[in-house]
Amino acid sequence: MNRRIFMSVHECEEDLLGVVKAVRQQGLKIVDIYTPYPVHGLDRAAGFGPSRLPWICFVLGLLGAGLKVWFEFWTTAQDWPINVGGKPWDSLPAFIPVTFEVMVLFAGVGTVIALFIATPLYPGKKAVTPFARTTDDRFALLLEEEDATFDPDQVRMLCERYNAVRVEEREEKY
Amino acid sequence: MADVQTGLRKPWILGDKSLTQVSQDICGILERKPTAMWWTAFLISLSVLAVGAAATIYQVATGIGTWGLNKTVGWAFDITNFVFWIGIGHAGTLISAILFLFRQRWRTSVNRAAEAMTIFAVICAALFPLIHMGRPWLFFWVFPYPNFRGPLWINFRSPLVWDFFAISTYFTISAVFWYIGLIPDLATIRDRAKPGIRRRIISFFSMGWDGSYRSWIRYEIVYLLLAGLATPLVVSVHTIVSWDFATAIIPGWHTTIFPPYFVAGAIFSGFAMVLTLMIIARKVMGLEDYFTLRHIDAMCKIIIVTGSIVGLAYLTEFFVAAYSSNPYEQFVFINRALGPFAWAYWTMVTCNVISPQLLWFKSVRSCIPMVFILTIVVNIGMWFERFVIVVTSLHRDYLPSSWADYSPTLIEILTLLGSFGLFFSAFLLFCRFLPVIAMAEVKGILSYGKSTGHTETSKELESSTKPGHAKAPVGERELEGASA
Repeated sequence: MNRRIFMSVHECEEDLLGVVKAVRQQGLKIVDIYTPYPVHGLDRAAGFGPSRLPWICFVLGLLGAGLKVWFEFWTTAQDWPINVGGKPWDSLPAFIPVTFEVMVLFAGVGTVIALFIATPLYPGKKAVTPFARTTDDRFALLLEEEDATFDPDQVRMLCERYNAVRVEEREEKY
Repeated sequence: MADVQTGLRKPWILGDKSLTQVSQDICGILERKPTAMWWTAFLISLSVLAVGAAATIYQVATGIGTWGLNKTVGWAFDITNFVFWIGIGHAGTLISAILFLFRQRWRTSVNRAAEAMTIFAVICAALFPLIHMGRPWLFFWVFPYPNFRGPLWINFRSPLVWDFFAISTYFTISAVFWYIGLIPDLATIRDRAKPGIRRRIISFFSMGWDGSYRSWIRYEIVYLLLAGLATPLVVSVHTIVSWDFATAIIPGWHTTIFPPYFVAGAIFSGFAMVLTLMIIARKVMGLEDYFTLRHIDAMCKIIIVTGSIVGLAYLTEFFVAAYSSNPYEQFVFINRALGPFAWAYWTMVTCNVISPQLLWFKSVRSCIPMVFILTIVVNIGMWFERFVIVVTSLHRDYLPSSWADYSPTLIEILTLLGSFGLFFSAFLLFCRFLPVIAMAEVKGILSYGKSTGHTETSKELESSTKPGHAKAPVGERELEGASA
């Protein structure tokens, strides 16, 4: 299916924040915004929901810690019990440091893998930037022309009020 | 938020840069040919590394008998170097994670280089236990894997096993954190690069980053989570390193003060090393606008704080020894200050406690050659601190009949030198091939394109210094079509 995309390019974050708030007031649908750096407060202005990745981090941390405690207990107390300095077999306090490290390892590496899957990002992926300079110094706002009520000329005027340096429409497959 | 901050505070980046100027300044370094200075520094580092490598091959082939150890002093140079390098790494994580959580915006100029320093320092540190194993090719024995010896598992109650887990986790998380930070910058370089092999390689590693804000939201949250995880991690790593000593019953090692004392010392030495590196880098690569006197000033203040904590720890150790009525503990400290290694002890005190006090003076903090010398002095002092802790505690313990002396052999000294060669070679390569300043982060703290005040007057005042973002009809402005 094809959809029509309306793109407006801006030069600074203030203009971008302004235009994003304005198009949201007009009830237009934002496809995505491309920025060279994470603009503070843009997520709220654009109405993008928060990421669920912290939950993944929490669950993986818990999983890592749990598995490690079990593994340490199993190796040290069950599979081949070793008496070290007369300590009890399940000497839990001595297991804490490694448990902590493994928790951090699982949570950290797991969250990054989750990021790569969710975004998605992978080595060798071809980047599709809507506009060449969005990784350098331009901010691109992409709107979807949903139906006949979308008036490109009116939106163009709106974007130009926020110093759009380039406005264009294109067809996109999705 | 952003508007209040830029209005009230002086900018951290000088020269009123625009966004594309930042890309130009940082990527420009990588797009030019390396300077003669870079080649000189690199070749010197590489030759030092080669000497260290030769020494390492010799000692692995011959055995640890090539070291100056004896049955009393079983740990000396090797473990000193290990703790020294791990400590250096800690400042990188402090800058990248802890200062991120505290929203210290000046970190953006330093964090990339500091994280790189962390990774290289941890690699240098990991080398020493590896060599100390004697048969480094069997290093995987420290890993709990199913084996044909029972399976006989490793001893999870041993601080040395904790250490293995701490260091490998620390290295992994630091590397991941560093790489995640690099992705948007690699995309910037990719989109500037001419088609060719360089572009293809960078494109591969940039993972198709396109700057989509939906990605940025996830990216930011992951960055925050990693910072939150790295913060307790860095404290745990040096705590565990200190437990290598503190869980032994050797007087001088067996103290509860070790974890905080080691962590403070690690940050102290690491900040000194970051400053050493950045003072050179800013000069050689022309980064004076990004790494300013204010950055140096802020870092010097952290050096004073951590240096004072270290000084306090030295005093506390003496007090606790005196107060403990434990004759062995008391003897160790008298022996440290007045015994055969008194020279090492007083070098440590001079370098770590006395000389950093000069940084209280603003005139010293703003004199770059002075700061540079002091940072090197601090690192010499911190190396001696570890040497003093390790050797003076061991060489005279409970039984006078087993007292012994220790002096390093040439092989040990060359191995230490070699680790410096490795560290600087790696750092110089990093400076050549990757952006030393985190561009995407620096762009976020520029005052470019942000108006300041709540009132019209302040807006007008600022508009004269801002790069022409007053409202103007589109026709008069630079049109993208013409330039693109």
